[in-house]
This record gives sequence, structure tokens and C-alpha cells, in this order.
Amino acid sequence: MTLDLSLLPDGGIGWADASGPEGQIVLSSRVRLARNLQGLPFTVRARDDHREAVLEQVVKAGRSTRHLADAAVVRLDRLERSERQLLYERHLVSRELAGLDAAGGVRPASALLLGETLGVMVNEEDHLRLQSLRSGFAVSEAYAELDQLDSELGRQLCFAFHPEFGYLTACPTNAGTGLRASVLIHLPGLVLTKEIGKVLQGLSQVGLTFRGLYGEGSEVVGNFFQLSNQTTLGKSEEELLDHLVRIVRQVIEYERLAREKLLSDAPNVVEDKVWRAYGLLRYARSLSFEETMNLLSGVRLGVALNLINEVGVYTLNKLMIFTQPAHVAHLSGRQLSDPELPMLRAEYVRRLLEEDARRLGGEGPRATGK
Amino acid sequence: MQCDNCGERPAAVHLTQIVKNSVTTLHLCEVCAAEKGVQTGASIAKFPLSDFLASMGKEAAGALPSGVESEPCGFCGARLSDFRETGRLGCPHCYATFETHLRDLLRRLHGSSQHVGEAYLPPDAGLADRRRRLNELRDQLRRAVEAENFELAAELRDRIRILE
Repeated sequence: MTLDLSLLPDGGIGWADASGPEGQIVLSSRVRLARNLQGLPFTVRARDDHREAVLEQVVKAGRSTRHLADAAVVRLDRLERSERQLLYERHLVSRELAGLDAAGGVRPASALLLGETLGVMVNEEDHLRLQSLRSGFAVSEAYAELDQLDSELGRQLCFAFHPEFGYLTACPTNAGTGLRASVLIHLPGLVLTKEIGKVLQGLSQVGLTFRGLYGEGSEVVGNFFQLSNQTTLGKSEEELLDHLVRIVRQVIEYERLAREKLLSDAPNVVEDKVWRAYGLLRYARSLSFEETMNLLSGVRLGVALNLINEVGVYTLNKLMIFTQPAHVAHLSGRQLSDPELPMLRAEYVRRLLEEDARRLGGEGPRATGK
Repeated sequence: MQCDNCGERPAAVHLTQIVKNSVTTLHLCEVCAAEKGVQTGASIAKFPLSDFLASMGKEAAGALPSGVESEPCGFCGARLSDFRETGRLGCPHCYATFETHLRDLLRRLHGSSQHVGEAYLPPDAGLADRRRRLNELRDQLRRAVEAENFELAAELRDRIRILE
């Protein structure tokens, strides 16, 4: 089975269109619900035929729901590693489900059901991980839709539920609501003003946690952070979401203040920094992924501060997705390695920035900023 | 620039302090900065809380009294020691089997063990649904027998009996 990304609804990157609220600071909002089927062992302890039974039941139940009636069913255990990595790079599946960790590989019957804006990971750590991904800061909207899907699936399937402990999950850290809501947020202002440490420490004190670009265990690159709720039990879904939304709104406000401070204290330094980033991306002949992300962070800041006009936020989001290793390889249609990969990445970045400059800027980079 | 403290390693952390209206700047290497308990944004970002959280399930499981061993779960056979090792439970029934231990653990992890979110009503409540589920199970049973997977067949037969 080969994966044709064009057949996936939206290519799975509808969230990247930067149309959502606060789109310049918050890239995307995600909510997920962990659910397990009654009467079967959790995924890790399940036999192959158990996992097949889970998949069969979920696919069947999904067909009768409004959101997943036409969902694409992608069996990860029948995909090549590079294809699984593509889905992972699009944030559609977790590292664990894609079997990208050194140990283990992909588990039999690992699958993804993907609708327009909703998806279900099947046979991840939990039997079902329902997820909703939205552009910008739209946590409540993401949950509202997911809640509908959850109710519809819950009428077809028998979820494991306990009157005291709530929804039962393989790891007790997810029990109760099974709800994890997160935003992918860009905080260069707080990093540059060195306030980020305080903010991150503050988050942990109010029950939120942060991760890198790819979620659990991943490093922070390009000043992109994923903020999410830490606990899932003892509070209602609404309380958990409200709390996250309130805190994230504050973080956005801090970030705005930091950006204002940067602009008023060191306008020349900031302007130089963001244009240098743009210049490197626009003309470099070889780019590593990490360097690309860091430079994109600078350009993104420049666009948000109205210093750079010849590139749109949508293009910057697209670059974040398509400059990842499996995507560069996919675009070129073959396996790549050093030094070809960074060269092709740079070529792709140049092409997209050039197109945007022609469309938006006309005259190319200005000689002076003011 | 060398570290102000040890004078050996290159300075990596630049600490500006304001004490009684006078500003002092210290240039420290990473080792001396760590010794002085200076935490930077970068060092926090390098060792994110997420690592801690990723291992939290496991750590928390490890915090269960280690001498204690209870009967294995009657449904999946998992033991408390399995949980201590992996941080993952075996099946939904484990929550009933290890209820006392898990209640303590959940309280420590979440500050409470009482679910107050959405209450779930299983589909079994409806007769039509039950009939549909029975059909599914019978269908699966038939296929399990055809495939000579008798272990699964026995399990399905038990589940059908409960539903009937």
C-alpha cells in the first residue's frame, strides 16, 4: 500500500492556512480524547487479533458518524517507514503510532481515520485517540466538534468507564476526562527578552505543561512551544479548557508586551535580525531543518511586527511542514541523504519565498527598512 | 570571554543582577552557573518539563510501595509489578483489581480521584444496540472459529453469554 497524500481530506494540513484567531502567534489548537473499548486489553498488552478487532469496530462505528462517514482509513502497519514519517511530520499521528522509535517499530493494526477536521488514531497507547486540529487559537471550537464525534462513537462502541475514575486509560496520567488540549504557540519575544524561563516555570505552577514542536519528549526548536493541560481528572472538560484558554490568553499578552519592548528598546537590532533571517532563507543554498526552523521563527516575527511584507503567514506555516526531512524527500520523489537533502530544502524554501515576494512585495527586499 | 568564577571555561551565561540600585553583571560558564543555581531560559528549554512528564506515569508507578504485590488482574493477568515497570496498566479491569493503589496514585497525579466530567452511558442500555452488538460478536466468533483461533473464540463466547 502506498500513501497518496492528495487523497487525504485537506492533505491533513487545513490548520496551516493561518485563518484562525491570533494566527500570527498561535499556529494551531489541538484537543484529544483518550478512549478504550470495554472487554479488551489495552493496546500494549493486546494480542494482534485483539487489535484487529478494535480497528474493525472503530472503522465500522466511524462510518455511521457525521464527521467520519467519508474518513480515509490509513493502516500504518502497511506503509513504508518514509510514509509513516510523512504523517508524523504532519502531526496527524504520534511517534509511537507511526512506530518511528528505535525500539519496536509499527504495531499490527495501527491505523488513522482521518476526516476533514477530525481524526482518530487507532491502537495507539489507548484504543482510540480522537483528535481535532484547528488553525489559530480555537480550543473551544476544536473541542465542540470532537465532543460530538465522541458522543456518536460512544453510542456505537462500548467505552471503558468507571463511576469514580471516569474514562479508563492505559496510563493513569490520562484517566478521567482523557482530555488533553494544547496550542502550538510562537514565543520569540519572550525568548529574546529572556522572560521565557519565568513564564514556563509559572505555567507548571498553574497546572499547565509545555513541550516541543512534536509533543511529548520533543525539543523546543524555532521558539515554538506546545502548551497543554497537565491533569485530566477531578475537573470537568469545560473547566480544563477554560483554564487553558485563560492562561494561554495571558501568555499571548506577555508575548505581545515583549515584542513591543523589543521594538521600542532595540528597533535596529530587531529589524536587522529578522531581515538577516529572511535573507538567509531567501538565498542560502543549503539548510538544515533546525536552522530553517530558527530562521522561519525570525521571519515570522518580522511579519508579525510589520517589518517584512513580502511573505505571508500561510507560506511560513507551509514551510514548517514541507521542509521536514520526509517531506523534502517526498517532494523530490526519492530517498535523500546529506548533502542532497539540505540543498533541496534550500531550493524549495527559495522557490516559495520568491513566489510570495513576487505576489506580495513586487520589488523584493527593500534597501532600507524605513 | 572567560568565566568570572573559575576563569577557565568560556562564559556562556550572562547574569545581570540589580542589588540596592547598582547593576552587576556576572559572566559564568555553564558549570559554574549550574553550581550557583542560575537557571536560564535556554537550560530550561533544553530539559523540558515534558521529559519529566513523559516519565511521570512511570515515576508515579515507581512510587507505589515496592514491597506490595497483589493478585494479578483476573482479566488480563497484569500484576502491580508490571505496572511499576512500564507505567501502563493492562486493561480496564486493572482499575478495579488495583483500586486502592490506583486511587492514591490518581490523587497524587491529578489532585483528585473523582471524575466530575462527562458521565458516559454505555450503549448496552438500549435493547436495539445490544442486539446489534450481539450480532457483531457472533460474526466475530464465526470468523474466529473459521480461522481456528480458539482462544479468541472462547473469549467471544463468554462475552456473548454475558450480553445474552
